[in-house]
Amino acid sequence: MRCVGRLAEMIAASAGALSRATGRGGGTSLPGMVLNRLDPGALRRLGGGLGGGAVYISATNGKTTTARLLSACLRADGRDVTANAAGANLASGVTAALLARKRSRRATGRARRRGRGRGHGETTGCGGIGVFEVDEAALSEIAGALQPRAVVLMNLFRDQLDRYGELEAITERWSDLARSHSLGPATTLVLNADDPALAHIGADLNVVLFGIDDPAVGRRELPHAADTVRCGSCGGPLSHDLVTVGHLGHWRCDGCGLRRPEPHISARRVRLDGLDHLELTIAGMNGPGGADLEVVAGLGGLHNAYNVTAAIATAAALDVPAEAIGEGIAGVQAAFGRAEQVSLDGRTLRLLLAKNPTGANENIRCLLAEPAPLNLLVVLNDRTADGRDPSWIWDVDYEPLWDRIGSVTLAGDRCWELALRFSYGGLDPARFQVRESLPDALDSAVAATPPGGVLYALPTYTALLDLRAELVRRGATHDFWQET
Amino acid sequence: MSTPTVRLWHLYPREMNIYADRGNIAVLRGRLRRRGLDLELREGRPGEPAPGGGADLVYLGGGQDRDQLNVAADLIATKATDLHALLGGGAVGLFVCGGYQLAGHRYRTAAGATVEGLGVLDIETTAGADRLIGDIVLTSDLRPAPGRLVGYENHAGRTTLGGGAKALGRVVEGHGNNGRDRTEGAVANRTVGTYLHGPLLPKNPWLADLLLGWALEHRYGRSFDLEPLEDRLEQAAHSAAVARANRRR
Ligand SMILES: [Zn+2]
Repeated sequence: MRCVGRLAEMIAASAGALSRATGRGGGTSLPGMVLNRLDPGALRRLGGGLGGGAVYISATNGKTTTARLLSACLRADGRDVTANAAGANLASGVTAALLARKRSRRATGRARRRGRGRGHGETTGCGGIGVFEVDEAALSEIAGALQPRAVVLMNLFRDQLDRYGELEAITERWSDLARSHSLGPATTLVLNADDPALAHIGADLNVVLFGIDDPAVGRRELPHAADTVRCGSCGGPLSHDLVTVGHLGHWRCDGCGLRRPEPHISARRVRLDGLDHLELTIAGMNGPGGADLEVVAGLGGLHNAYNVTAAIATAAALDVPAEAIGEGIAGVQAAFGRAEQVSLDGRTLRLLLAKNPTGANENIRCLLAEPAPLNLLVVLNDRTADGRDPSWIWDVDYEPLWDRIGSVTLAGDRCWELALRFSYGGLDPARFQVRESLPDALDSAVAATPPGGVLYALPTYTALLDLRAELVRRGATHDFWQET
Repeated sequence: MSTPTVRLWHLYPREMNIYADRGNIAVLRGRLRRRGLDLELREGRPGEPAPGGGADLVYLGGGQDRDQLNVAADLIATKATDLHALLGGGAVGLFVCGGYQLAGHRYRTAAGATVEGLGVLDIETTAGADRLIGDIVLTSDLRPAPGRLVGYENHAGRTTLGGGAKALGRVVEGHGNNGRDRTEGAVANRTVGTYLHGPLLPKNPWLADLLLGWALEHRYGRSFDLEPLEDRLEQAAHSAAVARANRRR
């Protein structure tokens, strides 16, 4: 069996190399897909090599960024972290990351035996901790194959409408997972107290709750695109003292008394400052009444305040000391397409992935804090990874942008649907341009942005890939699979 | 004379809005305002009867399964009598997705339970084993040929028409009511039900205008000639949808 495993790993690894060499996408998940097919026990076997266990981070929004933040905290504490590539978040992506880890360790081991010294970045022992962002629907399967040390559940929002019914189905599947023995007594469940769909699913497990407790951020009214607005216990309507992101906030049910539990780790003060900066005062790090932790992050927006708080709660549960947490958080830059910055033709292009109403609303909230007039390039695709049904753009609150707009360019497979959304939303069609081809759209959007100015791009997932490919073609950025 | 205004009763906007139903409302309002007319919106919340003074147009969208069950019970308990009176008296009804199913006599769930509907359309729906999903194109006789409607469908229910309703259209591309008989939607008098969303009205402005014309006629007792609008964006989106469906055939 051992030989079969080795052979399967070699075949899988060369499939990934071939995919990269032929330029057919990142090839980040492919070796894992091949290996899981050839050797169904591979994930459990490879994961067994992680002495520090595996952490799974799942959410509709924020899992990539939170995984980066947590990895940075752990690395700042000197731990050997294995992480999957952004977006490679099915079982195949986790397996691929573990396979890459094993092969690189073997290579550094060989190099050392040949007397070439220690490998770059290698740390001692067979510790190693896995930090994996995991697709909402794949979490149960992956946790079943490889028992986690911690599971971080951050939020559930309405996502691609093709996956209708999934919000309820995933909530149920996550509750089942919390009750199943895929999670043992050694597993810590890190839950968002502010999401009524998640706050109470941990029941008898080892739970760490996080949340935002600054009444100065957020609002009192739910946005149009609010999802979990009914009580999970009695079905009655929920009331809110504070609404932060989507349906998240300080919620309670007046019918049965169920309410947001008090978080263990909470962002007591949130200072938001543009697309690249936020500061948090985190309470609960040293037990109730203990000293607060001040952290600074190079990320913007209230949604990122959640990502940072979730990462801190998890790092603390994994016994990362406060100094390493602060250092780790401060060192993280925007993930692929999350307020990423690219120079193009004398303009600064900011890429803000927007793949569902809540994510798009958060991006818009950040844009409203940027200096006007705003130059926008909105790109809507309808491929499988975007959701084939683009109805969701009607649930986004674009309207507050209208009186801050300098220029708007609409593009993508469904550019005309965007045009209808914007015009029926009240923006005069004379104030936007529609371009069916993405290179044309980029040219037009750049031309409409004054030299030295900022162009904000709001693409869906595959539109982001297309846009990045176009930027690579123009020499403006590097390939995304070079990132870890 | 004050601005002619359509009174819209939007049923359960908080519970039943999964497929961007607010896009349909935006189009109804937008096309009235572009002609100097107006829309008066009244929300139909759980427990509430019809608004005083009545309504010219009733809208019900789709929701998540659990919300839809809650709404079905409230609909029968608090709104059915008013709705029958309104729609029987010439007001316009637009029922989309889950709302379409609730407009029928009943819905049989996958678990075998029966959910009673309003019965304003002579249809019945039974949950199927899988969902019928994808782009859809119809031709409808509500308008001279080609009378085309485009949209997106995503439903597990299989709907069959009784003798008292005719189809909204014939399926050119897609699944329609049940994936078998090539019918889509249902029409009886001024009540229209359909699985088309995307949302329905932005890419099918002629249907929006037809419904608005009927609603104004209901309110003011005379026919309204709605002036044509410049629909460049609407036509581009409509044509792109037809082209996309043709490519997939
Ligand atoms: Zn309750």
